[in-house]
Amino acid sequence: MKSAISQQRFNRDGEPQTYLNNGHGLRSWFLTKDHKRIAMLYLVSVAFFFAVGGIYALLIRINLLAPNGLFESDTYNRIFTTHGIIMVFFFLVPAVPAVLGNFLLPIMIGAKDLAFPKINLLSWYLYIFGAAFTVIAVIAGGVDTGWTFYTPYSSTYSNSNVLLAGVGIFIVGFSSILTGLNFIVTVHTMRAPGLTWFRLPLFVWANYATSLVIMLSTPVLAITVSLLAIERVAHVGIFDPAIGGDPVLFQHMFWFYSHPAVYIMVLPAMGVISELIANMSKKNVFGYKLVAMSSLAIGVFGFLVWGHHLFVSTQSVYLGIIFSFLSFAVAIPSAIKVFNWTATLFKGSISYDAPMLYGLGFIGLFLIGGMTGLFVAAVGLDVHLTDTYFVIAHFHYVMVGGSLMGFLGGMHLWWPKMTGRMYPEAWARAAMVIQFVGFNLTFFPQFILGYLGMPRRYATYPPEFQVLHIFSTAGATILAIGMAITICYLIWSLKKGQRATPNPWGAAGLEWMTTSPPPTENFYETPVVTWEAYDFTVVRPEDVTGMAAE
Amino acid sequence: MSEHIVSKKVYYAIFAALLIGTALTIGAAFINLHNFNIVVALLIAAVKATLVIYFFMHVKYASRLTKLCVALGFIWLFIIVSITMTDYLTRGWFTYVP
Repeated sequence: MKSAISQQRFNRDGEPQTYLNNGHGLRSWFLTKDHKRIAMLYLVSVAFFFAVGGIYALLIRINLLAPNGLFESDTYNRIFTTHGIIMVFFFLVPAVPAVLGNFLLPIMIGAKDLAFPKINLLSWYLYIFGAAFTVIAVIAGGVDTGWTFYTPYSSTYSNSNVLLAGVGIFIVGFSSILTGLNFIVTVHTMRAPGLTWFRLPLFVWANYATSLVIMLSTPVLAITVSLLAIERVAHVGIFDPAIGGDPVLFQHMFWFYSHPAVYIMVLPAMGVISELIANMSKKNVFGYKLVAMSSLAIGVFGFLVWGHHLFVSTQSVYLGIIFSFLSFAVAIPSAIKVFNWTATLFKGSISYDAPMLYGLGFIGLFLIGGMTGLFVAAVGLDVHLTDTYFVIAHFHYVMVGGSLMGFLGGMHLWWPKMTGRMYPEAWARAAMVIQFVGFNLTFFPQFILGYLGMPRRYATYPPEFQVLHIFSTAGATILAIGMAITICYLIWSLKKGQRATPNPWGAAGLEWMTTSPPPTENFYETPVVTWEAYDFTVVRPEDVTGMAAE
Repeated sequence: MSEHIVSKKVYYAIFAALLIGTALTIGAAFINLHNFNIVVALLIAAVKATLVIYFFMHVKYASRLTKLCVALGFIWLFIIVSITMTDYLTRGWFTYVP
């Protein structure tokens, strides 16, 4: 295969042909079928919702500065609900698959696009349409049920905009399903010649496993939200015991989606980490096949553990014990990944650029998130820890320390590929360190708060908890500053950043064998893959330096 | 992609079978079978759904991969229903004596 540099083509103005300059104006973006442009539409959208969700997080932290709170309890309920709904459904679920997956998956398998380009665009419009309902719900006064919409409060008693938010979540679920469907069909049918399943980059494996989870779980969310709406509107007794329903049935159905949804959020980020660790230490991932299979194992086992959210409901004690055991079992494939990433680093040629810092950050924070998951998977201990800040800290270590670190690490690794510009490395490293410090200062005190008995979703607390809450709010402020720095320098780099070569990291993978940014068709000639994944001997020096070979 | 052509006869036969199934469902609703009312109704519905999936949705003529995908959906339905029902079945087994 020729080097990307030698294949570069130019348009009539003498500019390199890229997907970014193939068409101008809003129409060329909003009606595009190019997976890369759709990924950029998603990037802007999820970044917007991340910022909104982040502002709500800060409002929560501001309220908790004082033991008596600064907002009314009802207002506080609406603030944390909005934070949860926006972060889960409009940022964490779509972030990695819809942005990085959309952009990279076809390129990584040597395809020109996803299997269904129009459905891909439709998925973005569904996302925006669903988001619009939720935004209207927030503007109209918000929702006060918590992001989990537990019944019968949500279906019978709440006076807030449950239905509007529910419709938004129902619609955005279909956006996920369409993306998942597209990925599955694309991986099955559009791999380049020679690209066998076990030559696929681990990011593709992770997104494939995620897509299976999305396809099998998201319809249950749609059904659950629909049943909630039926009970709320038509008073059919499904979840409300006063009219013959069972509230625990809602919890079963909700968590049948929402626990696998945790893996929808973290699995693609794990795929990113595999790429980061391999490319930043210039080594094949240790135990490649096991890491690939562990993604599928997490996907399957992830469906069998939902009942650990129901330990203190009236769920059967016997079923609780089984769910506890299965929850311990799901830690095994996650641990395989962590051990194998660490083993990959051994004797690697490690660089400490920002993507790698995020990768290492992920490993440390996800480890804490995962290990504390075992605490709350133990039935007896969970009776004490349920609905306390310990749980909040645990899942933020997984979601923020895991998914967000993975997303940001991936954004930095592939930013040159996506935009054709390098980000300022020193700023990026500084921002990562600030975020890491801010994150730990925010959430580590919450483990202690939870252990001491501080319940989640309370607007007020006893004065002895104030010091830890102030630490947490200070951490959130530092984290927000770190995020703001990242957003600023990434925007700055779009115009002022140094131009990127096709392969600025000397990385392995088909995406580094095309130009930065890639042309609309990704490759001018279909690649024929004759090498294994993460084979660094096929890296072209001219693609790394950007200088044509003599 | 090659499309399997199904004769109209098959479609009419399946349509007739679905109508009979509907009539059976209505008929069964008038007979009080106590606990088995729901079992019979679900059984007839399952047979009808199988016919629709198999013939109208062409799964009978599809590749093994497609059949696997369809089966997967039902296996997952089985997981959620069976485990949730296990909860209801075993809730009463344990009585807490303080």
